[in-house]
Amino acid sequence: MFNEVNKEDLLALQKMLPGRVFDGRQINEDYYHDELGTAFGVPDVLVKVLSTKEVSDVMGYACSRSIPVVVRGSGTGLVGGAVATHGGIMLDTSMMKKVLELDENNLTVTVQTGILLMELAAYCDERGFQYCPDPGEKSATIGGNISTNAGGMRAMKYGVTRDAVRAITVVLASGEIMKFGSKVVKNSSGYDLKDLIIGSEGTLGVVTEATLKIIPKPEYAISILVPFRTMKDAISTVPKIIRAQVTPVATEYMSQDVILFAEEYLGKKFPTHASDAYLLLTFDGNTREAVMHDMETIADLCLENDAIDVFMIDTEERSASVWSARSAFLEAIKGSTDQMDECDVVVPRSRVADFILFTHEVAKNVGLRIPSFGHAGDGNLHIYLCRDGLDDKQWESRKEKAFSMMYEKSKEMGGLVSGEHGIGLDKKKYLLDMLGERQLELMRGIKSVFDPKGILNPGKVI
Amino acid sequence: MNILVCVKQVPGSSNVKVDEKTGLLIRPKKGNKLNPYDLYAIEAALVLKEQYGGSVKVLTMGPPQARDVLEECLWMGCDEAYLITDRAFGGADVLATSYTISQGIRKAGDIDLIICGKQTTDGDTAQVGAETAEHLGIPHLSNVTGILEVDEGSVLVEANQEKMIVKQRIKLPCLICMDSEVNTPRLPSYRRRKTTEETLVHSLTLADLEDRNPEHYGLKGSPTQVQKVFPPEKSSSRILENGSSEELADKLNRLLSDRKFI
Repeated sequence: MFNEVNKEDLLALQKMLPGRVFDGRQINEDYYHDELGTAFGVPDVLVKVLSTKEVSDVMGYACSRSIPVVVRGSGTGLVGGAVATHGGIMLDTSMMKKVLELDENNLTVTVQTGILLMELAAYCDERGFQYCPDPGEKSATIGGNISTNAGGMRAMKYGVTRDAVRAITVVLASGEIMKFGSKVVKNSSGYDLKDLIIGSEGTLGVVTEATLKIIPKPEYAISILVPFRTMKDAISTVPKIIRAQVTPVATEYMSQDVILFAEEYLGKKFPTHASDAYLLLTFDGNTREAVMHDMETIADLCLENDAIDVFMIDTEERSASVWSARSAFLEAIKGSTDQMDECDVVVPRSRVADFILFTHEVAKNVGLRIPSFGHAGDGNLHIYLCRDGLDDKQWESRKEKAFSMMYEKSKEMGGLVSGEHGIGLDKKKYLLDMLGERQLELMRGIKSVFDPKGILNPGKVI
Repeated sequence: MNILVCVKQVPGSSNVKVDEKTGLLIRPKKGNKLNPYDLYAIEAALVLKEQYGGSVKVLTMGPPQARDVLEECLWMGCDEAYLITDRAFGGADVLATSYTISQGIRKAGDIDLIICGKQTTDGDTAQVGAETAEHLGIPHLSNVTGILEVDEGSVLVEANQEKMIVKQRIKLPCLICMDSEVNTPRLPSYRRRKTTEETLVHSLTLADLEDRNPEHYGLKGSPTQVQKVFPPEKSSSRILENGSSEELADKLNRLLSDRKFI
């Protein structure tokens, strides 16, 4: 069905991208897997591209030769999405870092998609703007964020990546260059192909440029860290926060065990770790009074709901001491075990508490340690299964059992497989279980229109 | 054990800019905050109180709005606060500031241990602590990284001195300046904020001090004449090394340990 990359192909690619084509042992092993490392695949050739035109040339060639192409940014994915499981060409966009335009009148910034989230955030910040989506992995590329529709910590107030993308330049499997969307705010102009591409994990096209919505940076922000006696107390306060006439930017929950892992991992104490469970909320706005009012409303509400106290995080230093730990949770849990797998299930916000308590049951039932943290405010949980020295057979069977129980529960509660990490290779089975064959069939139909030869990230998502 | 922590209100952003023409500080929009270096001193004091009992008082010198940072200290767990404020204290240099603070401390009751931060983010002299101790005639030590033990009449501390880490036992009462990053300062409590009484912050003016001679305070008591204020040059010096991964790892390790980062 697909062709392997042969010597002629290699020469053709080298001619297109002199000095930026690598094969065999020239390809660093990091390219064989993603951040989580559950899926493995060796690309025949790795190419590093600098422009939409180069991507178009590579895709046109790959299409003519039926060679599979996997697009890759920083490789920080967690579901085996950017892994060359069918060999072929790995197209690395991480050198495409240019900011092409800052349009202050339309509040957009147009970038090449290899720019890192932290680079874009810094670019906007220096100019008094904010790119709103704030996924935990700051070294991910914007292209990666678009490919999984990454959400992050500000989703509750500002939405997810899809909400921040106004337009994209896409190279189709054939090599054709298309522009979907525009700088406009409203759009009722036919099927929204832009939104179809966002979240398609490199299976429909290669996103090379993106015009992103930005806002003037809010002048003030304050966070609160709220300790509770139990996880149930903490999470059951969240629906009340959602009902209050205040919208926090972020509402995160964290358990004591995860905080302790982060302390060990960072070699630094968290400002408090005496309680079983915490909520971490942020408020922002343009006047100090408005932000303080929001903070006080929710702080009082938390105290009325049995919070032990409410700690205020109102300076750069305090913010860094708390949020740096929050950003290190994934790495910290990873460091606490020999191998882990994850589930970023999303459930209706009213069911978050029930779901977390259910994961405790699953942990007991299957005999796995299952720490978790996540975005309580938007129902997206990050649940980690830790191997803790189990042999292959036990690990696989317990993992399988735990995942099945959790995804089934999510379905029962009206949830979905993934809130922001995507499906990739690892979660395909659960996507089918949750959505059913007919929906997958519709997705495959769409794929066949965009990519009739199926060369874009084969074997992923659907 | 009765502890007193000296604190200061500083501009809200650590990135303070200076107008090169006028030499004046350009105050950031974010208002003011508690000097970040003082947070480590407060945390060290509160831990000592938890271990040995007693009380933690805080003291600052500044305009009336400096009361805000004292209240914040109370929300962190301190028991009482002193604000030394008077127009007569304005324009003080390090000598006059430390003298004023030493006079304020004399009004704060019996104190066994005075703790200061390493420096402030605006003045940056790192001299006020030591000079305050001199005015009080008590021993002092800077760059303290840990308080190891307290007994009847002394405190055993560890300090990071240029080329070595020293352990030193100091007779009480004494003054120590805590190094930065030596602990994780606790966060201010909203519950305490709701219940803290305003009366816990005492104001001290010139009239309340033992030495009421205005010549010793403020601009008049300051021998330092500021000629020019200008922003420091930003250093972007980098070290570039070549070699294999192992060699580079070795070099990096040596560099970090030489500079005592690890």
